[in-house]
Amino acid sequence: MKYVKQITLILLVSFIGEFIHSVIPLPVPASIYGLVIMLAALMSGIIKVSSVKETAAFLIDIMPVMFIPAAAGLMTSWPIIKQRLFVYIFLTVVSFAVVMTVSGRVTQRVIRMEKKK
Amino acid sequence: MNDLLAFSAYFGVAISLVSYTAGCFIKEKTGSAVFNPLIISVIITITFLSVFDISYETYYSGARLLGFWLTPATVCLAVPLYEKLSILKKNFKAVSVGIVSGVLTSMLTIFLMAVIFRFDHAEYVTFLPKSVTTAIGVGVSAELGGYEDITTASIIITGVLGNLFAPLICRLARITEPIAKGVAIGSSSHAMGTARAMEMGETEGAMSGLSIAVAGLLTVVGATVFSKLI
Repeated sequence: MKYVKQITLILLVSFIGEFIHSVIPLPVPASIYGLVIMLAALMSGIIKVSSVKETAAFLIDIMPVMFIPAAAGLMTSWPIIKQRLFVYIFLTVVSFAVVMTVSGRVTQRVIRMEKKK
Repeated sequence: MNDLLAFSAYFGVAISLVSYTAGCFIKEKTGSAVFNPLIISVIITITFLSVFDISYETYYSGARLLGFWLTPATVCLAVPLYEKLSILKKNFKAVSVGIVSGVLTSMLTIFLMAVIFRFDHAEYVTFLPKSVTTAIGVGVSAELGGYEDITTASIIITGVLGNLFAPLICRLARITEPIAKGVAIGSSSHAMGTARAMEMGETEGAMSGLSIAVAGLLTVVGATVFSKLI
């Protein structure tokens, strides 16, 4: 019964997210509306962490598996990727290194400014 | 083979799960982030389909059932975020400024490179959400009209890079504050980077975990705005 309740709550929030997605014409995925609604429900106490905890942990644990079907689609888009492979890899590596450096340095700067006060 | 498997509802799901389990096994035996279970499972799945001449459509007709669970699983990311909100409140200014700078930097580097390499709109939005967790990044890419599979690949590679090189980059950039390290890792390389941050220390791990969700949500807004530029 515990798991029936948990999965019901999670799917209900997913459905509300989907509904909002269909009503609001913004490029925001239904899952994000759902995430924000779930967060608001937890913060306001409408949903208790204990009412979704185990099922949430399970779904998050198996989440990588849910990406396999989309990622296997690389076999059909390979002709497009092949021509640009090096550009794509270069972009991924450079953007990763710059983002890590900038966000870390900025955070550190603010921490040290606050310490001085 | 296609005809035979076209009747099967479980083939696509089964090959995905078996190959992922194999990937987990290899990861456990080697202990290296290069052998990421998701990368291995995708390689095994694609190889299997090619060798037995099975079309992607046949595979996907069953495997899409896995994708069905992605929305509920993403909704569940609210739970770990909720549990970490107290750390955000304690260091609100530094952490929020840090994450916002990371998200903006990500958008700007992608925009600049898209201009340099003359990307079209679809290519550009494919990479815009590449620094955040797969669930959010792929959703954003799909909404904006990008190639979901390429976004997934780029996000996974970013995660592996974070897992492997986070300590090196923190040292080179002279990032020494544990909080700053956590924000840097979580904002740039999501869950796979966070796994490494947890090994570096408790504060690093918690900050990194928090940054995944916050950076992800900010990217939804940022990518929507930036997508209009190209």
